[in-house]
Amino acid sequence: MSLRIVVTVKYVPDATGDRGFADDLTLDRDDVDGLLSELDEYAVEQALQISENYEGDADDVEITVLTVGPEDAKDALRKALSMGADKAIHVEDDDLHGTDAIGTSLVLAKAIEKAGYDLVVSGMASTDGTAGIVPALVAERLGVPQVTLLSEVAVADGKVSGRRDGDTASEQLEASLPAVVSVTDQSGEARYPSFKGIMAAKKKPVEAWDLSDLDIEAEEVGLEGAWTKVASADERPARTAGTIVKDEGEGGKQLAEFLAGQKFI
Amino acid sequence: MAEVLVFVDHVDGAVRKPTLELLTLARRIGDPVAVALGNGAADTAAALAEHGAVKVLTHEAAEYADYLVVPKVDALQAAYETVSPAAVLVPSSAEGKEIAARLALRIGSGIITDAVDLEAGDGGPVATQSVFAASYTTKSTISKGTPVITVKPNSAAVEPAAAAGAVEALTVSFSEQATGTKVTSRTARESTGRPDLTEAAIVVSGGRGVNGAENFSVIEALADSLGAAVGASRAAVDAGWYPHSNQVGQTGKSVSPQLYIASGISGAIQHRAGMQTSKTIIAINKDAEAPIFDLVDYGVVGDLFDVVPALTEDVKTRKG
Ligand SMILES: Cc1cc2nc3c(=O)[nH]c(=O)nc-3n(C[C@H](O)[C@H](O)[C@H](O)COP(=O)(O)OP(=O)(O)OC[C@H]3O[C@@H](n4cnc5c(N)ncnc54)[C@H](O)[C@@H]3O)c2cc1C
Ligand SMILES: Cc1cc2nc3c(=O)[nH]c(=O)nc-3n(C[C@H](O)[C@H](O)[C@H](O)COP(=O)(O)OP(=O)(O)OC[C@H]3O[C@@H](n4cnc5c(N)ncnc54)[C@H](O)[C@@H]3O)c2cc1C
Repeated sequence: MSLRIVVTVKYVPDATGDRGFADDLTLDRDDVDGLLSELDEYAVEQALQISENYEGDADDVEITVLTVGPEDAKDALRKALSMGADKAIHVEDDDLHGTDAIGTSLVLAKAIEKAGYDLVVSGMASTDGTAGIVPALVAERLGVPQVTLLSEVAVADGKVSGRRDGDTASEQLEASLPAVVSVTDQSGEARYPSFKGIMAAKKKPVEAWDLSDLDIEAEEVGLEGAWTKVASADERPARTAGTIVKDEGEGGKQLAEFLAGQKFI
Repeated sequence: MAEVLVFVDHVDGAVRKPTLELLTLARRIGDPVAVALGNGAADTAAALAEHGAVKVLTHEAAEYADYLVVPKVDALQAAYETVSPAAVLVPSSAEGKEIAARLALRIGSGIITDAVDLEAGDGGPVATQSVFAASYTTKSTISKGTPVITVKPNSAAVEPAAAAGAVEALTVSFSEQATGTKVTSRTARESTGRPDLTEAAIVVSGGRGVNGAENFSVIEALADSLGAAVGASRAAVDAGWYPHSNQVGQTGKSVSPQLYIASGISGAIQHRAGMQTSKTIIAINKDAEAPIFDLVDYGVVGDLFDVVPALTEDVKTRKG
């Protein structure tokens, strides 16, 4: 039996750069480089491992990576393809600028349905919005089980199972396919693309879809269609320089004095 | 006044602190109506009433423990339909955010996650978020539907306020999706006796500089002298020196204590994302150039194995 996996990957501003907001209070994409969200590398990795361990053989598994984002988001798809995914879908449309999480989940769900799927694999959260809600929203829209925040994942006999480590307990989960999975950075290091993988990625197909391909009206997405509105964004004032002392035998004592002065002891 | 639904996070009837903080914030925008689900739901009523809940809607069913997330969404939706609230507030845990998101979609509303403050505004509640590893502060509103907002722990002080807390049983009919994801087994986390990391007023963390699992006893001793929780950087967790449940940062816990003490931690952006909003920040690091020193109120350049034990001794002496 063949298995169709769709991995959702987000193109995000590099967290080590100076991230900020544009005049319309959306993400400033001009002043900082973008890349494949590092947490989505774990999603690609788990899809590849599911494929490698699949009952028939890896040839029975097709991995499609899907992104919703501006033109440069192709870079994120290329990275995922060079890791070993088979093909890519890029949903790109000027009307998508400023879409919120609810809108993003609409576009993803429609694209996943159009692509055809047995399993959706997502990251635990993006590294920019960091909400960690898109996988649950996509599952709600598709009407299939969510098996999210897994630190271990396996697919066998038409079922997906995995471990979810929560605040108070660690749970073992199971659901029938089709399903939406999200994986954490505890699921296992993501592989580096090999030279061969990078060369092969150049030949892999990248399909481009816009809103009309997905029967979505412009009003349903974008800044206008967003159900949330950002009213202001202010850079946090730099912290006033703190006191820094060099330990010359008295460092611990000096620190204790500081803490006592602040009434912590 | 308008009613505000507050989703209750509790363990067998013991209400967790973030919910009590949420009740304080809820009172700024209306009358809190709490929704408590699962084993011990009704036992939450007294604590909730002491913190301003005018009503407590409860429902117990095996589904809440046996299946993931969706049964709770079904119940919260039932509460929403019973009450017609002005807003829905949910604690910002991983599960809380998923519940809130699915509810928001079902009721045709926008969602704001990880708010750190909440005020009443002309067009509904205004939520403050701290984004991009706490380098920006944004204020947002919800422009469609009933605001659904998740709030981070430590975003408000808990303020007692007596209210009726009348307990009412909620009627819930589970959706077809409710039984989709089965919880086949559950292992409870062992309690260390230390305060919960996200709720603690003081957090003492160790990083790669701690250099070994056994050496974490140095960090734990300082934590215990201060009555603090213990945190760890991802480098320390990945090395197997401390459990992942204690990781502070982007992919670990986000903490916002009164005092954060980082030892042997360099201060990478992903670590800062989880602790930068701490009120007072202290670092001990032998490298004077470590980026963590850009954040500190007080820093000691030195070997943590000298500084931390000396500090611990001094704290113990002062506390008598
Ligand atoms: C600082 C900041 C704060 C924001 N706050 C809010 C808010 O409170 N409410 C709100 O509605 N929106 C918010 N947004 C907008 C939101 O980030 C985007 O709508 C985004 O596309 C989805 O949310 P997320 O990035 O938080 O994703 P998460 O839910 O954190 O992402 C989880 C996973 O979903 C998948 N995914 C997410 N986005 C895409 C995509 N575009 N293409 C492919 N896969 C994807 C990935 O697999 C990812 O790992 C915020 C954006 C920023 C930059
Ligand atoms: C997607 C992603 C998510 C991540 N999420 C997280 C997260 O949630 N939390 C997190 O912490 N990291 C996270 N990271 C990792 C992060 O980038 C850093 O690698 C990590 O925080 C480094 O940990 P550290 O500061 O302990 O180690 P290092 O950066 O190696 O720093 C160790 C420090 O200890 C000092 N030191 C050494 N010996 C001593 C001594 N005897 N006394 C005093 N000081 C000493 C050194 O000078 C150095 O500054 C994430 C990374 C990625 C890519």
